[in-house]
Amino acid sequence: MSILIDNNTKVIVQGITGGQGRFHTEQMLAYGTKVVGGVTPGKAGQEVCGVPVFDTVKEAKEATGANTSIIYVPPKFAADSILEAIDAEMDLVVCITEGIPVLDMARVKNYMKGKKTVLLGPNCPGLISPGKSKVGILPGYIHKEGHVGVVSRSGTLTYEAVNQLSVRNIGQSSAVGIGGDPIRGLGFVDVLKRYEEDPDTYAVVMIGEIGGSGEEEAAEFIRDHMTKPVAAFISGQTAPKGKRMGHAGAIISGGKGTAAGKIAALEAVGVVVAPTPDRIGEALVEAAKKAGVYEKILL
Amino acid sequence: MKIHEYQAKELLGAYGVPVPGGEVAETPEEVFEAAKAYDKCVIKAQIHSGGRGKGGGVKLANSPEEAKAIAEKMIGMQLVTKQTGPEGKLVRKVLVTEATNIAKEYYLSIAVDNENAGLVIIASAAGGTEIEETAANHPELIVKEPISVYEGFHNYKGIEVARKLGLSGELQKEFIGILRNMTKLFLEKDCSLVEINPLVLTEEGHLLALDAKVNFDDNALMRHPEIVALRDVNEENPKEVKASEYDLNYISLEGNIGCLVNGAGLAMATMDIIKKFGGEPANFLDVGGSATTERVTAAFEILLSDPNVKAIMVNIFGGIMKCDIIAEGVVAAAKNIGMTVPLVVRLEGTNVDRGKEILKESGLAIIAAEDMADAARKAVAAAGGAK
Repeated sequence: MSILIDNNTKVIVQGITGGQGRFHTEQMLAYGTKVVGGVTPGKAGQEVCGVPVFDTVKEAKEATGANTSIIYVPPKFAADSILEAIDAEMDLVVCITEGIPVLDMARVKNYMKGKKTVLLGPNCPGLISPGKSKVGILPGYIHKEGHVGVVSRSGTLTYEAVNQLSVRNIGQSSAVGIGGDPIRGLGFVDVLKRYEEDPDTYAVVMIGEIGGSGEEEAAEFIRDHMTKPVAAFISGQTAPKGKRMGHAGAIISGGKGTAAGKIAALEAVGVVVAPTPDRIGEALVEAAKKAGVYEKILL
Repeated sequence: MKIHEYQAKELLGAYGVPVPGGEVAETPEEVFEAAKAYDKCVIKAQIHSGGRGKGGGVKLANSPEEAKAIAEKMIGMQLVTKQTGPEGKLVRKVLVTEATNIAKEYYLSIAVDNENAGLVIIASAAGGTEIEETAANHPELIVKEPISVYEGFHNYKGIEVARKLGLSGELQKEFIGILRNMTKLFLEKDCSLVEINPLVLTEEGHLLALDAKVNFDDNALMRHPEIVALRDVNEENPKEVKASEYDLNYISLEGNIGCLVNGAGLAMATMDIIKKFGGEPANFLDVGGSATTERVTAAFEILLSDPNVKAIMVNIFGGIMKCDIIAEGVVAAAKNIGMTVPLVVRLEGTNVDRGKEILKESGLAIIAAEDMADAARKAVAAAGGAK
């Protein structure tokens, strides 16, 4: 099994006629993702990579039976696109767009309360359930189908972690990039909860970074609810205070959100934290061996 | 984006928040003329850093002559505060502002509340000092009240905060007005922080924004050209300004190993691993997911313009970004601008073999690395060894 997406996931691409949308539609199709439609206002009737284009999400959903949407719309219009997908009652919306104004996301997040739609992102690489479906920009070929769940705030560091697993012959059930913005959809706890519930995931790798309190909340969740072993890495251990490290959410302010605080919180609840980014794979092996599931995660 | 105090006060004033009279000046003569309007005035250095008073950037003048004498020393000085670093910041402008008789100081700000996806009012009757210190030492003195981004400000929110600060009667009304206008400014201009510290109660019995800081959400500047016009690039690190022109995420640091990485998380992790091997990163640099030869070249130029840089570490995990494209960029950049320091390259991901071939065929003196740790170790050695 996997979380959030699988063989039944049918995807529409919002912003499919743009450069990024077109390129990644091709990549997703090549991976085997069921991309069934695209949306660009005013371009209904066209085709991209053999996929029909519609004016609205609602129309695309009705015509194709899609349950998931992925957004490659420029930041100025991205919040609008997320709202449209929520109103069309998509199950999952993945927003790749980077640079959406914070107040726009605050309004979106408020609007989502009580709605059925689950949002991943924005400013994220999307997610993949190896061998089944990819909804995002992650490089498919580094993944292997298996039993370790990956969740991360960073894109390329997710690839780094996945690669370190795959070369050790450890496959992944899913890999989810939650994104680097301070106001976002799914957080660590939401994803950890799904991995805990997924019978096919035996261990989890979590990649955090400085800023915010998501890792500390994850530590509490792990202490109270996780039975599966968790390994982690926190980047930004040497980042200076008060400087935004690329991601809008990656900033140490008022002495809060430091890597040291996050590492201490995770270690206190039994998480094996990799000291350096090249040892994420080793950390997972250690955590899995301790929990007696190492044999089960090897391919 | 940050702006100067005088600009923040102009904005607050335009939104109906009471601010003291004042004028910005760039020469002692202008200060002399501006000071004529007041019996006593305060000369305040305009730099994008807090803690100016302790560094000698805020002075009281009893006459226009004294104001001019103060300005002669202040304009052109390197003002050192605890936020500027030891080299300080050059003072180019000062604010000449009316001296105020202060009865009491408060702290008041509005910020984004990420957890609740809204805004939050933060206030304290202990004004004037750093709010972070108050929060750490006397959390009981901090008042917080959430504001919805849909609803905006409502009077009862202000009454709640005012009561906790001990403000009643007419002062409560003035306070609520200030909060309503601050919220309006915040929401209309896409701010990330609106801070009045201190908000003072004058001896005449009114509230006044004596010092102010307004920061803006960089992501929202696309819809606020009037705010972009307030940017003062003199206040920013020139290397960071150049990087922003090429859409590169660059932050200048103190060390001697230049870093060129794709992805913010990996870029931070690269800094971490360099430090683990006893080195010091000279910068944070995320070239992004769609780096072109032009951008990679600009990135190298920025790294090499830092005289502290003794070696460069390239760390790429190509996803959609292909390693051969990055390798071509590295080679083109090295040939165009000349590589004056050792270059350590670690490539992984899409088309990695082709990428490595391109580097090999180029004939450039590149130190190839197997993985991140290997690259960091080699970069530290190339820069002169661990500290």
